[in-house]
Amino acid sequence: MTIKNQIKKSFLVSLWFMFLTFPILVIQVNTVENVIKWRWLNMIGVGIGSFFLSILWRYMLEKRPEKGKQTKKYQLFFLNNILHEKKIFFPVIILLSLFVLCFPYIFSMYQTNIMISALIYVMMGLGLNIVIGLAGLLDLGYVAFFAVGAYSYALLNYHYGLIFWIALPLGGILALIFGVILGYPVLRLRGDYLAIVTLGFGEIIRLVLENWNDFSFGPSGISNIPKPCFLGIDLSLQGTTKYLFYIIVGMVALTIFVTNRLQNSRIGRAWIALKDDEIACQAMGINKGKTKLRAFGLGAMWAGMGGVIFAAKTTFINPASFTIWESVIILCTVVLGGMGSITGVVLGALLLILLPEYLRAFSEFRMIIFGAVLVLMMVFRPGGIIKNVRRIYKFDPILEKNSVKNEVNS
Amino acid sequence: MLKLKNIQTFYGNIQVLKDINMEVKQGEIITLIGANGAGKSTILMTISGIVPPRKGDILFQGNPIQNINPDKIVALGISQVPEGRRIFPYLTVMENLDMGTFLRNDVFEIKKDMDYVFQLFPILSERRNQPGGTLSGGEQQMLAISRAIMARPKLLLLDEPSLGLAPIITTQIFNIIKKINRENNTTIFLVEQNASLALKVADRGYVMETGEIIMTDTGDNLFNNKDVKKAYLGI
Repeated sequence: MTIKNQIKKSFLVSLWFMFLTFPILVIQVNTVENVIKWRWLNMIGVGIGSFFLSILWRYMLEKRPEKGKQTKKYQLFFLNNILHEKKIFFPVIILLSLFVLCFPYIFSMYQTNIMISALIYVMMGLGLNIVIGLAGLLDLGYVAFFAVGAYSYALLNYHYGLIFWIALPLGGILALIFGVILGYPVLRLRGDYLAIVTLGFGEIIRLVLENWNDFSFGPSGISNIPKPCFLGIDLSLQGTTKYLFYIIVGMVALTIFVTNRLQNSRIGRAWIALKDDEIACQAMGINKGKTKLRAFGLGAMWAGMGGVIFAAKTTFINPASFTIWESVIILCTVVLGGMGSITGVVLGALLLILLPEYLRAFSEFRMIIFGAVLVLMMVFRPGGIIKNVRRIYKFDPILEKNSVKNEVNS
Repeated sequence: MLKLKNIQTFYGNIQVLKDINMEVKQGEIITLIGANGAGKSTILMTISGIVPPRKGDILFQGNPIQNINPDKIVALGISQVPEGRRIFPYLTVMENLDMGTFLRNDVFEIKKDMDYVFQLFPILSERRNQPGGTLSGGEQQMLAISRAIMARPKLLLLDEPSLGLAPIITTQIFNIIKKINRENNTTIFLVEQNASLALKVADRGYVMETGEIIMTDTGDNLFNNKDVKKAYLGI
């Protein structure tokens, strides 16, 4: 009975689609010869196609709740296994790092360049993950800190000839300061209001950079930003690309390490707690403003350092690189990957930046595919590609008792 | 230990507390009873600095605390168990307890206190790795109280610990409140709807009506008072 029903519904859906697409796909008016061509074959194609797609959709939806119940435990177990079982974890890490180290030697310079920009996004995604995934503050102007980092390297180099390695921490610190300055008045707001204000801040930074000619050289931007040099030796173009690749890999590794430590620290838990319940947090003695500011500043810092690397990679920056769309893409990497989950964000950023590069053939449909993927994700994996699994510290009650006894004895 | 002098608190333009005067002495269990909307919870929020008073003084161990940030007040030794439990649902029981020790750094003492809490509420020990949101109402209340104890407060503010709990569990929790008071010499400020139970436990009580304290006496006297009986005990 239910199968019959499903087929009936799918049939209705296909009829509806045939009706909807009728004017575009069936009628073709030839204005030269003043004739109308009826392409009935298209209609049949649409009908059959939408019928099967609808059945598939129904099947997946039907399957979903069962799957959720039965395999949830298994999935968690499986993920934990991969992430925490040393036998699997270490070989995977070693293989991955070997692959990454050999990457610029195996693949062409073009590939390496793409990878560098993808890794910059990974770094920023991880930074934004602190703000959104852990502290739950929706920041839509994240790209502003990226711009601060990039411009701080470009301008400091232009005026004072500062080299990359000094500019890298300086850019991070400047972005952090900007984050705190913005955060101080803004973090009193919550949710939607915060999102709007940060969105405005992002635009303000871009507009200032675009219009303050004396300071930032306006829309023409700054060119001839030097690439980093290795121990004072200027490398060839290929050499610098490889070098830059290793720098960004190192930075991503550092970001992963730091965010992972932060997540499992007391302040990380304070962020998660603050996301849940502000009043309870205050009653526990957590300073609401300070804790949020820390998240904001620490998130912004990574964007600043990403900006410095970006400026060094492209050797030319102008305000057009820092539009609201960059913020949206970084936000998407976090949401798509899985809020709060480090592996998820890394994967999300790589997918979101690399796929459009390799699928240039479909570039016209990019936005359609993008939208469809997000909709599908919301239906089937609302937590992101890899959901955040909080680490659980298991301990044996008996062992615990013994250790307490030992302490008391000693 | 704690003195409230002419406290006036507002939510926007609405005055909730009109000239509140109270005193809590070291080692006491004080209870505050009153109808819904009398301003009982607001008094607690005012003491812990979340809703600061517009006028008046709050003295804690002789020092004014009315204009200090909530986190500093917790550091001074006032811990609140907010109304409706408000545990952190995505953190495990252990992590919830750890949030209670946010301002402490003495690892060994924390461990001892954790054992003490697990001894008070053995069920929490069994559930220690479970997210707080998966606990039952009573267990969540136990967790909320434990979390506040973990801060080693001198003064514990409890806001309706019996809210939504079965009578047996309520009695259990009240017994433990007494135990905490006796064993640690923690002063307890209890806000309750369940007036009969609260007055039995308390040394002294205050009765509140629309933002004002209308009566204060020892717990037993209030329990036997005719007006209180009529209004709050329904006898």
